[in-house]
Amino acid sequence: MSNVPGDLKYSKDHEWIRVEEDGTCTIGVTDHAQAALGDLVFVELPEVGSTLAEGDACAVVESVKAASDVYSPLTGEVTAVNDGLTDAPELVNTDAYGEGWIYRMSLDSDGELEELMSAEEYLALLEDEA
Amino acid sequence: MGQRTPYYDTHVEAGARIVDFGGWDMPVHYGSQMEEHHAVRGDAGMFDVSHMTVVDLEGDRVREFLSHLLANDVAKLKVPGKALYSCMLNERGGVIDDLITYYMSETFFRMVVNASTREKDLAWIRSQAKAFEVTVTEQSETAMLAVQGPNAREKAASLLSREGRETAMGLKPFSAAMIDNWFVARTGYTGEDGFEIVMPLDGAVSVWDRFVEAGIRPCGLGARDTLRLEAGMNLYGTDMDETTTPLESGLAWTVVMKDDGRDFIGRAALQAQLDAGVPRKLVGLVLVDRGVLRGHQRIVVDGVGEGEVTSGTFSPTLSGSIAFARVPAGTGDTCQVDIRGRLLNAKVVQPPFARNGKACIEI
Repeated sequence: MSNVPGDLKYSKDHEWIRVEEDGTCTIGVTDHAQAALGDLVFVELPEVGSTLAEGDACAVVESVKAASDVYSPLTGEVTAVNDGLTDAPELVNTDAYGEGWIYRMSLDSDGELEELMSAEEYLALLEDEA
Repeated sequence: MGQRTPYYDTHVEAGARIVDFGGWDMPVHYGSQMEEHHAVRGDAGMFDVSHMTVVDLEGDRVREFLSHLLANDVAKLKVPGKALYSCMLNERGGVIDDLITYYMSETFFRMVVNASTREKDLAWIRSQAKAFEVTVTEQSETAMLAVQGPNAREKAASLLSREGRETAMGLKPFSAAMIDNWFVARTGYTGEDGFEIVMPLDGAVSVWDRFVEAGIRPCGLGARDTLRLEAGMNLYGTDMDETTTPLESGLAWTVVMKDDGRDFIGRAALQAQLDAGVPRKLVGLVLVDRGVLRGHQRIVVDGVGEGEVTSGTFSPTLSGSIAFARVPAGTGDTCQVDIRGRLLNAKVVQPPFARNGKACIEI
């Protein structure tokens, strides 16, 4: 069964979102997503300073077998990216909710946060997809 | 639900991720494709290849028939048990399938063809066989396992009788024999030593379990694909098909066009292509910049033209990205690959990339 921490928010595209104390959001892919992708070998990160609209393809995670887009779950500006993934993309597999984070962004408006799923809702989505 | 091999339940119990593969529900990996890949390069792994099609050909004129059907020359098969890799071509020189033919006796040859091409292969073989009075029989009541890796033969042979074990370990590369009710061939699709074993359905699942006990790791189609690509082996439908000839698919070495008048299907078309100049070639690529090569990416060769990646992956052995690509004949030793709109640099190399546990090319 996938690990779905209760203190995070989730998107239907299997990203997790953590709202930080300074109001920025850290984004990564869920444990379920990393398991489905398999061993990651390359991550293409967004550029710091770039602006993203909700739904934009903003990063690419590549496993041995395939490349998958990461869609921004929120609208705003990229404030940081996880450079550690350049040399160690497998961190997404081994620590999806920690060292495997992908990027951080400041939001244009907090309103979009309301549309994200809770852990409970995301678990229900996983059950529906199973 | 797709077609299932006798091992379907075994795969699910072992935690396999199941995917559709040409209409078959097959395991893509059992947890880590990367670890499975390394198990085969370094020790022993096994693949369920029961979806592949075993076709037996019998008749007094079977050798003459195969001499006509195949682009490689069965005259090379002089010792019973010997195997031959070949393309089966249409009249235009396009590849209907690639396959292995085993010489069992002068009146009996066995073929193993791809699963994805089963129906068209059988139809084509049957239509061509009539004129030679050759009987074509598909062996559907069998299971097939590939055990591959430096320790695979030893581990697999431990299940055989003492006599059978000696025969199996004595098999020469690219040779086969009937041993203890198994058809054992020292062939494979990974670039490692090993066996491909055809066995009766009855008891096939327990053979799998005993192979696991002998230390052979279950491996999925994912690892099979990275291993074969590293080994420089083509995948039908991806690297070549009916619209490409062996000459533009890196398979000229499998075509015998000696001046002996052997009239194999597609020969005239290949001769015409040779006379006009083969316009494209299949090459190996190693990505110099960061990224991963994938099928269908566009290749740009400065001043020469464009091509396309046919198979691409991350290579677990080389820790970098490798590919096969079909490029203009005039392509030199570098090219660029369009990956999501950016042109990245790649080196053109001669496969294989890795075999027998070791890298053959530096990255």
